[in-house]
Amino acid sequence: MTLLTRVRGDLAARNVKSTLEGGDERVIEIVRLYEEPVLPTRAERPRGPRGFVVDIGRTTETVLGELKSAGTFVGSLSAEALTSLRRPWSVNWREVAPLSERMGADAVPIILLINFMVGIITALNSVSQLRMYGANIFVADIVSLGMTRELAPLITAIVVCGRSGAAIAAELGSMRVSEELDALQVMGLSPVRYLVFPRLMALVIVVPMLTIASAAVGIVGGALVAKAQLDVGYASFVHEMQTIAKPWDMVSGLIKSVAYALTIGIIACQQGFAASGGASGVGRRATSTVVATLFALMILNSGFTWIFRSMD
Amino acid sequence: MDSVVATKHLSIGWSADEVLLKDIEFEVKRGEIFAILGASGCGKSTLLRTLIGLSRPLAGEVLIEGRRYPDERVEKPIFGVVFQSGALFGSLTVGENVALPLIEWTRLPRPVITDMACAKLRLVGLEESAEKLPAELSGGMRKRAALARAMALEPSLVFLDEPTTGLDPIMAAEIDELILKLNQALGVTVVMVTHQISSLRRLAHRCMMLDPEAKDIIAEGTPDDVARSDDERVRAFFESDRPS
Ligand SMILES: Nc1ncnc2c1ncn2[C@@H]1O[C@H](COP(=O)(O)OP(=O)(O)OP(=O)(O)O)[C@@H](O)[C@H]1O
Ligand SMILES: [Mg+2]
Repeated sequence: MTLLTRVRGDLAARNVKSTLEGGDERVIEIVRLYEEPVLPTRAERPRGPRGFVVDIGRTTETVLGELKSAGTFVGSLSAEALTSLRRPWSVNWREVAPLSERMGADAVPIILLINFMVGIITALNSVSQLRMYGANIFVADIVSLGMTRELAPLITAIVVCGRSGAAIAAELGSMRVSEELDALQVMGLSPVRYLVFPRLMALVIVVPMLTIASAAVGIVGGALVAKAQLDVGYASFVHEMQTIAKPWDMVSGLIKSVAYALTIGIIACQQGFAASGGASGVGRRATSTVVATLFALMILNSGFTWIFRSMD
Repeated sequence: MDSVVATKHLSIGWSADEVLLKDIEFEVKRGEIFAILGASGCGKSTLLRTLIGLSRPLAGEVLIEGRRYPDERVEKPIFGVVFQSGALFGSLTVGENVALPLIEWTRLPRPVITDMACAKLRLVGLEESAEKLPAELSGGMRKRAALARAMALEPSLVFLDEPTTGLDPIMAAEIDELILKLNQALGVTVVMVTHQISSLRRLAHRCMMLDPEAKDIIAEGTPDDVARSDDERVRAFFESDRPS
């Protein structure tokens, strides 16, 4: 049947007349059904030039486009932030508590477990070198500085990005494709003030708190290793930690964590708002949220480390 | 009668090569039910989105109550909208969905707002479902809930995108009655997209028909006038409904 209609379609496309003869009435009827309306063999979609250089060009174009829309989004956030300062009640603060619970409290077990392991691993990695120089006590320095300044903020942000960043993008993305964001807007509720600000606020509250807890369990993990592998007792571990780690170390970690929280939230919301094309579009935005956030976190982290180092 | 919605040289589309409608002008007068007809995909929903300020027109302007729309001011919305998909908020119950604009735009105490939301739901026969989430409703129930939400602030103008598509005939007739009641008793101006010839004849004071080829309005007037048009495309639309 397909062959028959194809052949006749091709013939028709070349302006050759063809007729069906001698077939069963029913067969001819069915052929007619398939042919009507006479579909011209569809022209292949014109494809652009291909090649390595072209690919690079395309990718650059996409990335620049994304950066531009991210910039526009941040701009509109600032404008809305000004409005919110004037009319603070117009922000949907009621949602902050449940969101904080979902993004923070529910993430506690996984984040503590991971950071505990990170503390253990950091300490274990230094065991042989420290032993070699008989500098066992310095394990406290390595773990406490490493966790407070770098590892706890970063690891926490990465886990929150994977859990909550993707979830925010998916939630807002599906609201976008189901016209819920449009409905909000025509009801005179700003999607930014109703949805974005509560999420940013919840992240800014929750991520630093998780970071403090993470640093604490990481240091506990390190202390366990110090005791078991390096004969450093808890008392001397704590004493060494108190002499080397300053409040500023934790504060700098917290400054980072606030910046990370905002980064996660802004990228996730922007990606969610930019979703289009149904469920698969939402999925793509959730994925690109995680990728873009991880990338941004790494860049931010290098920047911060550089700035804080030069302040030391 | 003065005009509530008017367009001037309005062109809509997705880009300069994907124009859906070109240079169209029409007017909706106060207190009338105005229907927008046209083949699927000719841009009715997009036109509606442009009228309510969600899409930017390629050219031209939309005037609502004589003012250019959209303007930047944050103020109480002057119209209600029912989207084609309903667009209820999935995380809120049906009752909360209806209450949301009231919470935002009135200073009434909570119990009063709940009562008002209930009254709106009763209007569309959904008072039983106030506690349910939108995901637990059928498609037709979602449409009705969306209508209740659009009426929450008692606007004097509503935009409806296919309010009765996907409803059973009895429910569709009930919604038609409801729209008629809103219009006659409360004087609400209604702009609706519809495919149902029956509701068109029952409700609309005037209608216009869009055509994807001409990218223009090909007929405008009372439903009877339009039905009598000798344009092939318009007749095909109306005759498709006639029992053969
Ligand atoms: N995001 C988009 N980008 C480009 N084109 C689009 C987009 N969304 C819709 N279109 C196209 O715009 C046209 C008009 O769509 P619209 O939803 O306004 O049609 P409609 O008249 O409401 O149809 P229906 O009666 O089926 O609801 C369609 O042909 C569709 O293919
Ligand atoms: Mg439509």
